[in-house]
Parts: sequence; structure tokens; C-alpha cells
Amino acid sequence: MLSKLTLEEAIIKLDSKEISSEDLTRSVLSSIENKEKDLNAYITVDAENALNKAKLIDTKRAKGEKVGKLAGVPVAIKDIISTKDLLTTAGSKILSNYIPPFDATVTKKLKEADTVIVGKTNMDEFAMGSSTETSYYGPTKNPRDLTRVPGGSSGGSAAAVAADETIFALGTDTGGSIRQPASFCGVVGLKPTYGRVSRRGVFAMGSSLDQVGPITKTVKDAAIALEVIAGKDKLDSTSVDMEVPEYSKNLGKSIKGMRIGLPQEYFEGLDSRIAENIHKAVERLASEGAQVVDVSLPYTKYALAVYYIIMPSEVSANLAKYDGIKYGYSAKDAENLMETYLKSRAKGFGPEPKRRIMIGAYALSSGYYEAYYLKAQKVRALVKQDYEEVFKKVDVLVTPTSPVLPFKIGEKMTDPLQMYLADVYTVPVNIAGIPAISVPANEVMDLPVGMQIIGPQWEEEKILNMAYVYEQNKEVS
Amino acid sequence: MIKFETVIGMEFHIQLNTKSKMFCRCDNYSAEAKPNTNTCPTCMGFPGTLPVANEKAIEWTMLLGLALNGKVADSFNFERKNYFYPDLPKAYQITSSTNPPVVGGYLDIVTSKGESKIRINHIHLEEDAGKLVHASNGNYSLVDLNRASTPLMELVTEADFRTPEEARVFAENLRSIVRYLGISSGNMEEGNLRADANISLRPVGQKEFGKKVEIKNMNSFKSIERALEYEVKRQTETLSEGGTLFQETRGWDENKGKTMSQRSKEEAHDYRYFPEPDLPPFKPKKEVIDRLKAEMPELPSEKRERFEGEYGLTAYDAMVLTSDVELARFFEQGVEEIMKKESKDFIPKESAKKLANWTLTELLGRLNAKGISVKNSPIKSRQLADLIALIDEGTISGKIAKTVFDEMFETGKNPEEIIKDKGLVQITDTKALEETVDAVLDNNPKSVEDFKAGKAQAFGFLIGQVMKETKGQANPKIVNEILRKKLS
Repeated sequence: MLSKLTLEEAIIKLDSKEISSEDLTRSVLSSIENKEKDLNAYITVDAENALNKAKLIDTKRAKGEKVGKLAGVPVAIKDIISTKDLLTTAGSKILSNYIPPFDATVTKKLKEADTVIVGKTNMDEFAMGSSTETSYYGPTKNPRDLTRVPGGSSGGSAAAVAADETIFALGTDTGGSIRQPASFCGVVGLKPTYGRVSRRGVFAMGSSLDQVGPITKTVKDAAIALEVIAGKDKLDSTSVDMEVPEYSKNLGKSIKGMRIGLPQEYFEGLDSRIAENIHKAVERLASEGAQVVDVSLPYTKYALAVYYIIMPSEVSANLAKYDGIKYGYSAKDAENLMETYLKSRAKGFGPEPKRRIMIGAYALSSGYYEAYYLKAQKVRALVKQDYEEVFKKVDVLVTPTSPVLPFKIGEKMTDPLQMYLADVYTVPVNIAGIPAISVPANEVMDLPVGMQIIGPQWEEEKILNMAYVYEQNKEVS
Repeated sequence: MIKFETVIGMEFHIQLNTKSKMFCRCDNYSAEAKPNTNTCPTCMGFPGTLPVANEKAIEWTMLLGLALNGKVADSFNFERKNYFYPDLPKAYQITSSTNPPVVGGYLDIVTSKGESKIRINHIHLEEDAGKLVHASNGNYSLVDLNRASTPLMELVTEADFRTPEEARVFAENLRSIVRYLGISSGNMEEGNLRADANISLRPVGQKEFGKKVEIKNMNSFKSIERALEYEVKRQTETLSEGGTLFQETRGWDENKGKTMSQRSKEEAHDYRYFPEPDLPPFKPKKEVIDRLKAEMPELPSEKRERFEGEYGLTAYDAMVLTSDVELARFFEQGVEEIMKKESKDFIPKESAKKLANWTLTELLGRLNAKGISVKNSPIKSRQLADLIALIDEGTISGKIAKTVFDEMFETGKNPEEIIKDKGLVQITDTKALEETVDAVLDNNPKSVEDFKAGKAQAFGFLIGQVMKETKGQANPKIVNEILRKKLS
């Protein structure tokens, strides 16, 4: 089945004309057709345009015309990333009719690379959640166990990749939304350094935390995808003008003498079977010559608290533009301006965005700002400093991606705090703005377990290489 | 009766005339554009759009700061001011008042009570909102986002004004400065310069401020002064009658000549300011600040002093000429033309004085009467310089020059052309003039007798007659000489 191909394999087979983009795209579309009723990984499938694009690429190739780097490869894009003329909902009722007039920079880059966009993937509403259950379009199921969640918020992207409903996908990660679903679905998820990838066209959740990244079948695929989407964007002032290394060509370097830090705070209070598996994975890395040292990140314990001040504060402003005036859902029964605002927002947003808007508006209120937002910013600096200090001693950090195994659908929906705790190992990385990757480790009870490898700012190469070495030397369980 | 002291602080919004908007690259000039045509997803607040700051607008804010003796901050940042309104598409305005780009500064102004120093608290930069157009039947409102994200500077003064006149003069000087810097047209009527005032009264000698009233909707320099004068009167009367003042916002009604209450403090918003995460803090570079200082044009006060010293103009003439950058430019171009004509590297003070007189009394009067800007003057500096040279050379008399000037103003023609076409060249031919003088003396024996009897006025009358005979074209100096000779 062609849909099982990795990105790397697909490029080779397409370039050598062993397969056509049309056949590959059809294979992916038929996976979607067969599995979507169970999985609900997509909000929109754009089969017709995808096939047209695939055929166009095949024709270009046949004529020997120049084609893009990922020409003819099907890709799925999280539904919070703008795609010109293609419905983009952020998993919310309030944008259930929103068709963007422009492409996000990452979408533009994917189009320039001649990928075939097959559709837009399901997600927690406005990327708020860790299970893809808060979507207006219903929950996505975990392909490995349909009774379980795929993680979130990029659960649709992770499930689609895991179920061969695409060759690779893009997700966004504000507090773990790429890594945690990758972990739950048994695929690779990379959150780049904040500023590495443009946020232009990505609907903002936590503007100082959000970052786009790839969800893929292999580490090499993640490297290939990152090469395509990374780079300074004039339209995003927080994107940084740094050279983008050829990530995919720098994999497989010896890790002999590399120092791996195990932060003790990341091995407390978690499912012991997960801890055990991560330790085993670290042993594999040690056997490849890496040195393993115990380290401490004392401020990590405050990261989640900091996150739940800063993120909702930014959310409260970022989601204010959805007011029923310009685009998206607008309440029809409103009598005046105030009612238009109130009714459109009351009916358009689900409970989780509302919760975060209220927390954020509260934290920013006059009289509370200093105690909450300003204090959180100060602690944020300390969390960041923690990592800077530790990276003077080690090359990378290894932790579990999630403290828990993929949980049952509905299990945590009634307890937001339990849901928030699912991100306890991923959130600090966003607080610090550094890169991290989740790579599948050995499974527990046939359920995937992700190993998180965290690197210093701009050092995606290091974590990709470490993840790649592990992936290549992983013992078969 | 208690005597009250007026305390006023001002806030000015100055629209920058950058090429593009503050946070996107849409055209910043929308005067002739149809509604919602100078827009893009960014200034319309579409999901996923991000602000990209206009570097020029930041530089210009620093430039104004430096011109007003302020300090450019080592680091400043934008922030979000959150509120819902249909003309604000993101539902927050990006501003920079908490950590502004410019802090401190002052401007010295001169009013009828003398010189005063007005301190500036800070200048910050922000984006404007769009515009709402309300249906006449009140059933709906339309949103026009052409103006959304237009760069606005906000200049906040200290509460240093003690009279409404000071507030008006400061505003006029501020307009003059932004026009000198070329960063804004500073036109209050068109809303490029907007003023709000905070005014309170306190018993003379009291340190604490009284209840502050904010005055809005003052749409001209004159209305700043009028509104504040009204408010001083209203507050004085209220307090004198034992009444209480409220902290409130009042709008100036130009037609009624009154301020009207708009909203009280209880309705004040909580804007939930926080730093704009989409724009990293700015750290102005020393090189940029040095460059701005080096490129700083001569400012009105400096130019005024130079006009007095270098050209020997009166303080008043220098003040009026330098109050408007276009007028000052017009004058200085005239100076250059005269220097070129006379092949000198300086201008004689008499010539400068003459040029100033013609510019201020003749030209400015006509321009103002017709509502034409100096920039669009039908008479160019070179032409005025030519006219003055023609007078100096004796080609035409000062009197004829006024006729020529009128014609120039009407037609925009060069003075030489008008003089030639109309035959207005001054008669300097002594022989011809002697004949005319003889004829006048023959026709006015009574006046000749009067003069000889010691009546000096008779001499003037006889010169007048000669001028009349020659339709004003006789060179008065030569006529004078001939007449004196013949009568002696």
C-alpha cells in the first residue's frame, strides 16, 4: 500500500518515477475513505484539488519540468493553519464558515515544495486541549485503540499520520500539542525553537508559545519537513533570521561522548511503566556511546502554573477578534451590537476557550496584572534560565513525553486540571522557547510511549540526530 | 472670593504621513480611496495575521522626541490595549504607552503672558482604528477600515499649562514642528492632529490638583482655546457657587460654544494592557539616533533666531515667516534668488526686509483670503524676487509693482512679461520727464506760488501731478530732482 510510505521513501519513488503522485494520492485518499468513519482525523478532505495537483505534478515530472522539493507528496495540515480558499475552522463553531483569503507562510512553503494538500485535520478547539475531544467536529480516535484519545491538540494530524491517511502532517504546539499526540499515536512529532518557523497565518492561541512543526512517520521525515517549513519570515517579527541547516543530511552522526541529561523532576509521579521504558531507551543511547547524567531543573515545577497564566492571557486577547462582526459565526437573533458580541461568542465558543478567555481576562485585569501576568513572566525567565544552565552541562535532555498512556475518550473531559496535567512534561519546553522532539519508544500494553528529547535553542540538529540514532538502534520489543 | 488657578495637561494624537500603515504595508493615504479598499488581512484583523512594525514611523517618533529635547528610550515595547468595538478589527489596539519610545522633553512657548516651558511626559506610537459610518435612520452602521492601523503618535504633556492660550499656542507650535520635520501634515481640521485636554481648577496656592475633566472634540486651534476658556468659566462658576465638579469626559460643541458631559469616570474601561507578544521589544540603535540628530532639520525656533540675526527681520516678521515650514521655505528660496541675481553670498538687510514685507503683507494676505496654501501659491519665490529686483533697478516704481503683483497673482505670469505687455516700464528719461514737469508747473501756478511762499505740501502735490500725468510710471526720484531744480 503506497499510503504506508514514509516521506523519505515517497520522495525517492516519485523522483525516480517508480510511482506517480496520482497513485500515491489515491492510496492516501482511499485510506481516508476506509478509516475516517472510525477515526475522524480530518475536518476537511480536499480530494478533488489534491488529485488535480497530483496529476499536475505527474505531468510536470513527465515533461522533465522543474518541480518542488516534496513534489507530489500528500500532506495534511492542522485546521488552525490558513489555507487560501479552503475552509479553516480551528475546530470551532465560531469559524465553522471561515475561508481564509490567504495562505499561512508554512502553507505557502508546502505549496512551493509542490506537496499535495489532502485536507485539514481535526484538533481541539483553538488548539486548547490534550485529547482532540474539544473539537466542534467531534473527537478524533486513536488509530491504535479506538476507545482512546489520540492526544491533542494536533490529534487529527497525529492520527492521520499513524493511520496512513497522509504521508506527513503539520501540527502546532503551544504546550505539547505536537509531541503529546505524536507520543499517543506512536509517531514522531517535532516542536522547533520558537522563532524557527513562521507563525504568519497560524491562528494565534498563545502567541509567545505557539510554534508549527511536523508530525511524521520517522525522524528523517521530520528533518525533511522542517527543512521545508523553517526560516525567517518578514511577515512574522518573532521569526528569527538564522540559517536553516540541512537537517536531513546531518542525521546518523555518532553520539559517542554526547551527554544526555535526565532531569529528575520529569520522572516523578508518572506511570512507572512509562518511566521504565524511557530508562530502557536511554540505555540504548548509552550503549551507542552517550554519557548519561542526572540533572535537575528546579523551576520546572512552576512551568505549568506559569503556562496557565501566560497562555490564557494571550488567548483572551487573541480570541477577542472572533466577535461575529467580520467573519465566522454571527448570532442571527441579536438586537444590537452588544448582543451580537455576547450571543456570537456565547454560542460560537465551546467551554474550553471560554474557560481560558475568562482566566486570561482575569489575570490581566487591573489590580491583578502584577500578581499574575507580571509574576508569571518573571518565573518564565527563571524556567528559561534553568534550561540555559543545564545545557552548559549536557547536550540534550531526555524525558517521557507524557506522564500517562493514551487515556480513554471522556476520561478526563470532566476534570480540566487532570487534562492540563497531561502536558506537564511538554509545557516547560514552550515556556523556554526551546526545541523538542517526541520519538516512539517501546510500548506499554500495546500502547505507544513517546520519548521526549529536548535541546538548546536553535539546536534542532542535535535532537534530531539523537532521535534518529535511537530510532535506528531501537530494540524490537 | 477664592481665586482659582487653572491647570491643564494636553494629549495630542499626530497622524504620521508614512508611505504605509503602522503594522502592514497598505497605503497610508486613503483620502480619495473607496471604503475598505486600502486594506489587507492584517489591518482587517484576519486570523493568523501578525503585525510588522513600520520602522519609519518608529524613527519619526524618535525624531519628534529629539526635536522636543526628549530622551529616546534604550528599549521600548508595544502592548495590547483590549476593548471591543467594530472599528477595531483585532479587538485590541497596539500601542506603546507603558514603555514608550520617547520619555521627557519640553517646548518653550511664547504667549501674551510671556515665555513658558511646557514639559512633555512621553511620546508613544500606536495604530489608529477604522471608522464607523452610521446610517441616517439609525438602523445600521458601516465599518470602513481604510484608516485602521494608520500610525499615530501620542504626545502627552505634563500639566504645565496655566491658560487656555498656552494650550493653543503649544498646539500651533507642535503643528509647526511636525511640519518642519515632514512627518505629519498636522492639520487639525482634517484630523491629522487631534487634541484632548485635561483641565482642573485649584485655589491659588494649593498643591493638590482639583477634579480633572477631560475635554474632547476640539477640532481647531481656536476651539482648543475657546473650549478651555469655556471650561475655566464653567468650573469657576460651579466652584464659586459652592457646587461640586465631577471627574468626567466632556465634548466641545463648536456651534453651541459649550462643553457637554459625555461619560463619567464610573464607566471607565479596564483595557487589560499587556506586552504585545508578536513584536519583540525594540532597542533603538545609537547609530540611528545619531543619524536622526545629524539629519535634524532647522526647527522653527532656530530658524526664527536666524531670520532675526542673519536677515535683520523684526521678531514679529521672523515669527510669522517661520511659523509655517512652507512659508519659511518660500521666503528662503526668495532670499537665494536675490543673492543669485546680485551675485552675492549674503543678502542685504534692506532686500531681505523688502522680501519679507512683500511676502507677509501682499502675498500671505491674498493667499489667506483665497484659502490657498503657500505651497500652491500662484506667485513663486523666484517671481517675487524678480519683482523686487525690478523695483530695485528702478524699472518700475513701488506703486506700479503692486499692480504688477496683482496681475502676477491672477495669472501666474512673470513680472517682466506683465510690465512689457502693459507698457509699465518706469520713465527714467530725464529729458522726457523735464517736459512733463514743465507742463505741470505751467498748469499749476498757484501751487508754485504756495511752494515759494514756504508751503512744503505744495511740493508733494506737484510730484503727484507728474506721477498722474505719467500714469505712475515716472521714476519718483528723478522727478523729485528735476522739480527741486526748477523751483529753486
